Amino acid sequence: MKNHLSSTHLLATALLVLLVGCASPSKELESSAPAVGAAAPARGTPGTAAATPAGATPSGTPQSGVSTVNLVSGASGSGAAGAAGSGAGAGAAGSALMTAPTQRVVYFDFDSFVVKDEFAGLLEGHAKVLARQSGKRMVIEGHTDERGGREYNLALGQKRAEAVLKSLSLLGVPASQLEAVSFGEERPAATGADESAWARNRRAELKDR
Amino acid sequence: MTTEPIARAPVAQDPGHALNRWPRRHWLAAAASCVVAMPALAQVRVEITGVGATQVPVALGRFRDEAASGVALSAIIKADLERSGNFRIIDAGVALDERSAVDLTAWRARGADALVAGSVGRLADGRFDVRYLLWDTVRGQELLGQSNAVLPADLRLTAHRVADDIHLRLTGERGVFATRIAYVLRQGRRYSLHITDPDGEGGQVALSSPEPIISPAWSPDGRKLAYVSFETQKAAVWVQDVVTGERRMVASFRGSNSAPAWSPDGRRLVVTLSQEGPAQLYLLPVEGGPPVRLTRSGSIDTEGVFSPDGKQVYFVSDRGGGPQIYRVSADGGAVERVTFSGDYNISPALSPDGKLLAYVTRQAGAFRVVLQDLDSGTVTPLTDSQDDESPSFSPNGRLIVYASRSRGVDVLMTTTLDGKMKTRLLSSGADMREPAWGPFGR
Repeated sequence: MKNHLSSTHLLATALLVLLVGCASPSKELESSAPAVGAAAPARGTPGTAAATPAGATPSGTPQSGVSTVNLVSGASGSGAAGAAGSGAGAGAAGSALMTAPTQRVVYFDFDSFVVKDEFAGLLEGHAKVLARQSGKRMVIEGHTDERGGREYNLALGQKRAEAVLKSLSLLGVPASQLEAVSFGEERPAATGADESAWARNRRAELKDR
Repeated sequence: MTTEPIARAPVAQDPGHALNRWPRRHWLAAAASCVVAMPALAQVRVEITGVGATQVPVALGRFRDEAASGVALSAIIKADLERSGNFRIIDAGVALDERSAVDLTAWRARGADALVAGSVGRLADGRFDVRYLLWDTVRGQELLGQSNAVLPADLRLTAHRVADDIHLRLTGERGVFATRIAYVLRQGRRYSLHITDPDGEGGQVALSSPEPIISPAWSPDGRKLAYVSFETQKAAVWVQDVVTGERRMVASFRGSNSAPAWSPDGRRLVVTLSQEGPAQLYLLPVEGGPPVRLTRSGSIDTEGVFSPDGKQVYFVSDRGGGPQIYRVSADGGAVERVTFSGDYNISPALSPDGKLLAYVTRQAGAFRVVLQDLDSGTVTPLTDSQDDESPSFSPNGRLIVYASRSRGVDVLMTTTLDGKMKTRLLSSGADMREPAWGPFGR
């Protein structure tokens, strides 16, 4: 009961494709799956489970100068973060938690994009450095807590980053030196499903590039 | 892969069952599929959390000698049929194959409206011959019978195709278990984009990255995936050919670039860009060219999806305060609000016929999937768990896959549209998220 509805030629073609395509299926799979970057390097201490310090990202990323910049910014306490190889504010481990984040991280209230007054000094400090060095560029990364949809949170994080960018612009920093981006809920600074973790994750991080 | 009918009765005249007379492109698609198919090692596991309304009772036994093939074909077929919500499987309990002389009256008396039996034989060239017959015990006749010569790597796909053929023959509607689902797996700090069978088994890794990947979206021809990758330290939209692995960045403008969805003709993507300030929708030619802004608000506009006819784009906006779903003509113009119940509605997904809208709503702090009839506006709850995300319709419109959370782990679930039959995709224990159900035509 040969199936005559497909031609012999077609069958031969199909078999050829099968033979070629399936010569070594598992290898095909491996090689057809692009791997981005190198294997993830060790990042910080185990306590920083969800943090992604900028200084530890794979090569090719534009943030290798983070520790230098921490010193240039002149903000007290940033030295510790720099020595730890961590973008200040991203480190959530131990005692660094209380000092480093205040330098480069702006925290937000739930469902809010308002840059609170308590961060005015921080932003003025960065604005001065940026104004002095017109070649310096800064990226502002917006983040949210884990609640809600990933795409909507990406847009919310963008809104937070834009709010910080606007504050810096009002302090005289040219837009050409700034870019606002968002990681949404993808890079929490703190793990956990409680308000203390969520509060630490609703933030914008100021990073030099 | 060759297929020939083995039924002696109506199959040869049945135009509804066309696996044995595929047009050329399907043959080639089947041939190409061997690159992505892998033999399964694990046992299929379907966790059913409900009972469907009207189910056809089908008796199904182990295929003779299937154990020697290394793939439990009958278990895969059983799980697929159950997952569809349309069948109740009765274990045949006795040794049967497609050549057995079966007493259909006796099977009818056991409560089965249909009976499936088959066998797996080894061919001299290393392939397997998968044969089966489907009997209608009510009318006392053979409905469907096939012989499929398949490579070992295609055994799982063959089982899914058998399930789809049985589904079509008994319900008149195409089954979806030979299609694919894309999802993102997170293992520690490693993210990977997977393409899998709709039961969560088999498949390939399309991309592996130390940075997050979100929002995969299938091209209408099933050949490409668009997705958002953070590998450049910002959200950028990429398009990848799933067969060759070739990929390129299609949107990395100033700010964030996200939420890709394909136009039905596959030529444009609707994406969310923040290059001009807040997140807004843009239309982007896939093969290159500048993005054209579609929405103009001072608010967040994101998660655009085309209607199946390509005329409208449904999206999420917080222009009214909280996020709600709106729609706009794909040519731009006036925006119309679509969802009104609740204060947080996101992640719209349209059924293939364009009549139903699935989305995620927040109810008392829980995120759940609901279904809205676009004509009547009636909203039906589909899930009752806590952290449900990312609904995506199966290509026959009868199931929805969505992300959920179970005992602290991200899992993928399917549900029927009445919410009564839910199954969990096979999980290794790592976080599975961001499901997107691919089209027919694998």
